[in-house]
Amino acid sequence: MVYDLGLLSTLRHKANQIRQESIRMIAAAGSGHPGGALSEADILAALYFHFLQIDPHNPQWPDRDRFILSKGHACAGLYAALAIRGYFPVETLATFRKFGSILQGHPDMTKTPGVDMTGGPLGNGLGAGVGMAIGARITGRKFRVFVLIGDGDAQEGCTWEASMLAGFHKLSNLVCIYDYNHSQVDGSTYEILSLDPVVEKWQSFNWVVRVIDGHDMGQILDALSWAIESRDSPALIVARTIKGKGVSFMEDQAAWHGKAPNKEQAEQALKELMQEEMT
Amino acid sequence: MSDRPKMIQRAAFGDALVELGEQNPNIVVLDADISSSLYTVRFAKRFPERHINFGVAEQNMLIGAAGLATTGLLPLACTYATFATMRACEQIRSFICYAKLNVKIVCSHGGIEVGWDGPTHQATEDVAIMRSMPNMTVVVPADPVGTAALIRQVVDHVGPTYFRMGRNPVPFIYDKDQQFTIGKAVQLREGEDVTLVAMGVMVYVALEAAELLARRGIQACLLDMHTVKPLDGEALLAAAKSAPLIATLEDHNIIGGLGGAVAEFFSAHKPMSVLRIGVPDVFAESGDPASLFHKYAMDAPSVADRVENALKKLK
Repeated sequence: MVYDLGLLSTLRHKANQIRQESIRMIAAAGSGHPGGALSEADILAALYFHFLQIDPHNPQWPDRDRFILSKGHACAGLYAALAIRGYFPVETLATFRKFGSILQGHPDMTKTPGVDMTGGPLGNGLGAGVGMAIGARITGRKFRVFVLIGDGDAQEGCTWEASMLAGFHKLSNLVCIYDYNHSQVDGSTYEILSLDPVVEKWQSFNWVVRVIDGHDMGQILDALSWAIESRDSPALIVARTIKGKGVSFMEDQAAWHGKAPNKEQAEQALKELMQEEMT
Repeated sequence: MSDRPKMIQRAAFGDALVELGEQNPNIVVLDADISSSLYTVRFAKRFPERHINFGVAEQNMLIGAAGLATTGLLPLACTYATFATMRACEQIRSFICYAKLNVKIVCSHGGIEVGWDGPTHQATEDVAIMRSMPNMTVVVPADPVGTAALIRQVVDHVGPTYFRMGRNPVPFIYDKDQQFTIGKAVQLREGEDVTLVAMGVMVYVALEAAELLARRGIQACLLDMHTVKPLDGEALLAAAKSAPLIATLEDHNIIGGLGGAVAEFFSAHKPMSVLRIGVPDVFAESGDPASLFHKYAMDAPSVADRVENALKKLK
């Protein structure tokens, strides 16, 4: 599909903002997970600033689309998206992971407006999404459920229990986006536990699957449009991504899974992101 | 033993569930392939659109219940106690209790009275695990009347709740119009020599033991502590005013369950001698429940002897 250049550039700008805020938050907190927050930023921008039918002034609106960050450790990106979208002031991001904050180290739906499901222990987001999708069906509501999973989620057996049920019940109101950066705490998934062949695995669980470049905004928009048009089965978007995307020294480095940049590193990272914004 | 009529708790639950389903359109029932065993199959036949069978996938059932609860529905996730509380422990803890979601976890096969299936299917840690989770309410009914009445209360109560039933038919203890309230113990007997505090299938054992003790001149007060969390502290303090000894009875490990809860309560409020009767921190074995209860001194004659001995030691 051909997109309005204005839309593409707006969404790219939002993704860049999410990356910058994520770096600032994690650096200020002195802990957190930059790698995954940077790899998911483009997907979050497309969802929160284009696709999701949501109302930041009414976070509990029963008919809102749901978003679940199953890879809850990457919540800096989600919090940044929510703040920029207007769920709470951007200044609140500075309290991330600190005592008394509404922004917990992993998502807490009881504390943060806009967080639809608590998360962090991997492998659970898809099952929660399956529950929501079935709930929509039973209550006759039209909302859609989007779940973002990572490599760790895909290694958890619980994800496959949920995948099996979703495929069997043809939950076409469920979209799973797989942030496939093939990098985890201990290193590359190709060395630890490969998820390949990803496409065939999910297809055999009765999902429709599309593989995209998870940093190409046009491809992300195309894939999300395709996914919500699916009528007979849940849809999986395998988004090939780069952990730490946008910051040269973090890219594809497993070491940046759960480590905060120091002051100099954060400044360097922000400088690179600002430069990217100019180009 | 008893001439009283008996009924499987799950059958009482299953009948009540159909009535509740008529009254409350938000109730959805989740199963993990044992709906015939849990008697939820009656609900499933009456309300097929509100019944979801997750297959043998308890973790997915409990995390799915969390998701369903966010859509305004009231999920009852039903399976055996070992599978819900251990296989799906993290889903219950981090996504239902932590997230304060209104999910009801309804289990049968609590305790060694499961018998023949052996220790893999005898839940003796479930109450301890569920009780240690913030925001959780733990309800353990003693007989069919209590089961039906308390599941109604559980459905009306807002918040995560664990509801534990046994496997085998249990005698009717209560008249059909007996009132129950979550958090309020039922006093079944008065007595000033010892207070028996029991949950679940052990309430009837306690009743029989109390009769044996009465023949020996020992008058026992008996509390059906059907709500293990929150514990009825008022009833415990009242009972402790007169009797010098509290004996807890549970078909569960004596660590962390009802006995643990009562001991914790008295350690904080009033020094009391607490005799904990239950599974003595062992894995049991296959066999008929009567033999198992006798082996672990949880049958009525053993209970009466243990209480009598404990009272002698106090003197």
